[in-house]
Amino acid sequence: MQVEQISVFLENKSGRLSEVTAILAEAQVNIRALALADTSDFGVLRLIVDDTEKARQTLKNNGFTVGKTNVVAVEVTDRPGGLHDILTMLHDAGLNVEYMYAFVRSSGDNAVMIFRIEQEQEAIRLLESKGVNVIDGQRLYSL
Amino acid sequence: MIYDIEYETMPREALESIQLRRLQTTLERVYANVPFYRQQFQEAGITPADIKSLDDLRRIPFTTKQDLRDNYPFNMFAVPMDNVVRIHASSGTTGRPTVVGYTARDVSTWSMLMARSLSAGGAGRGDIIHNAYGYGLFTGGLGVHYGAERLGASVIPVSGGNTKRQVVIMKDFGPTILTATPSYTLHLAEVAEEMGVAFNSLKFKFGIFGAEPWSEKMREEIERKLNIIAVDIYGLSEVMGPGVAIECHEAKKGLHVFEDHFIPEIIDPQTLEPLPYGATGELVFTSLTKEAFPVIRYRTRDITSLNPEPCICGRTHVRMHRVTGRSDDMLIIRGVNVFPSQIESVLMETENVEPHYQLVVDREDNLDVLTVKVEVGERSFTDEVKGLQHLERRITKNIKELLGVSARVKLVEPKAIERSQGKALRVVDNRKI
Ligand SMILES: [Zn+2]
Repeated sequence: MQVEQISVFLENKSGRLSEVTAILAEAQVNIRALALADTSDFGVLRLIVDDTEKARQTLKNNGFTVGKTNVVAVEVTDRPGGLHDILTMLHDAGLNVEYMYAFVRSSGDNAVMIFRIEQEQEAIRLLESKGVNVIDGQRLYSL
Repeated sequence: MIYDIEYETMPREALESIQLRRLQTTLERVYANVPFYRQQFQEAGITPADIKSLDDLRRIPFTTKQDLRDNYPFNMFAVPMDNVVRIHASSGTTGRPTVVGYTARDVSTWSMLMARSLSAGGAGRGDIIHNAYGYGLFTGGLGVHYGAERLGASVIPVSGGNTKRQVVIMKDFGPTILTATPSYTLHLAEVAEEMGVAFNSLKFKFGIFGAEPWSEKMREEIERKLNIIAVDIYGLSEVMGPGVAIECHEAKKGLHVFEDHFIPEIIDPQTLEPLPYGATGELVFTSLTKEAFPVIRYRTRDITSLNPEPCICGRTHVRMHRVTGRSDDMLIIRGVNVFPSQIESVLMETENVEPHYQLVVDREDNLDVLTVKVEVGERSFTDEVKGLQHLERRITKNIKELLGVSARVKLVEPKAIERSQGKALRVVDNRKI
């Protein structure tokens, strides 16, 4: 059920982000979600793409440091407190969210959030048992 | 085995009295025979008679590579050419080469010191030594060669190059000792692998490697690939050639300097003051027995430290740490001497960090600021910002602890560090002083 995410180390220099997107466009890789976490010196770009392996190899060949992590994609109902409920479930179960960001597309009426949780299998089981919709990689890439 | 048990295990007191006697003789000879040294003494207002103890050595001016060049080719010789039986020279890639000469007795002393070295590195009578150091003007090949013969081992004078033939010889002749530069050894291993020769199943037991700086990491790699014990050997043609210092295979922890023939000192390359045991600085040598080409307080530019602690092998001669850099590269950051190689060792000792770095020094508000750029490789990368920040802090802390200097650590993308002709530019000093 987990979703593969690649991450790229970037120095905080103008134009680096667009270089990544250009390289992926050239390689015909489709970016489905993108989030940048940065400090004054560097940033970590997180991407969900339709072809993880190809994206990783292409970026590596272009001299970038690339990592791969598993994340969890969750449907969040479009109502006040929707996200809060999920975070509470995870928190109560002692599962720590390292970071999260919104997926560009929605699933029907619901928003999709990407969560990075260390114990992702446990998180998936928990959320599903509470009736939360967890989206698998294949479906996510095709949203 | 200890080749020369009397001298190599001599109690310090007896050793020092021999050093003083030999030093005084050497000083008298250079004063009488080498105009350069006589002038140095006169400028310092001293004569050899003023040197009454080993501590007085510090009153004598230093000799530099430039001094040797200025006296090109033979003006530093302390004997007439009639007595010189051998001439070697440095490659001279920058400026004039330095030329050194040997009397018959010098060649004999050198052979004996190389026999000691090979023995400390695990060789003995009955061993076959594959000597892949270059023969010629460079001292490596002939130095090992004469030492091997003195030791009574069988030496294969294969020299450098023609690597495939070397692999065949290794396979067919079954040498037990390898003498080569560490980088050439790794090249040999690669070629052997291409040729389908299992390098780790050859008959090698020990390897004696030197003539270029190398690291503990390379040692591990060589030992694993060749299935041998690898030791470090040190020497430079200006001082004699290989065999000035050697690591014993028992401890593999620093190179014993043959102190009955050379006096090592460590100085601060900036203030030129002698430093105590344990301190890192530039290595300086005074020869005690050389006839044709004595050197007095010769600045090697090599960065190391001296360790006087007793060694498990029984030798009483001090050990120098493996050479970690050149004093020419030294930076002074807020009064603290920093060598790029020290930063490199900190990085190598920091888990998951590769030693791809660049030091940038700026002056901000009249204060030196050192920035250490470190490339983020796959092993150190994590997709969490706090993990990377933690890495920066860890490196900063290690640099502070080990070098006593505060540095800003900046993580950079791979290949972000400028390289010229494949070599990374390690230091950028933007200070306008
Ligand atoms: Zn020892």
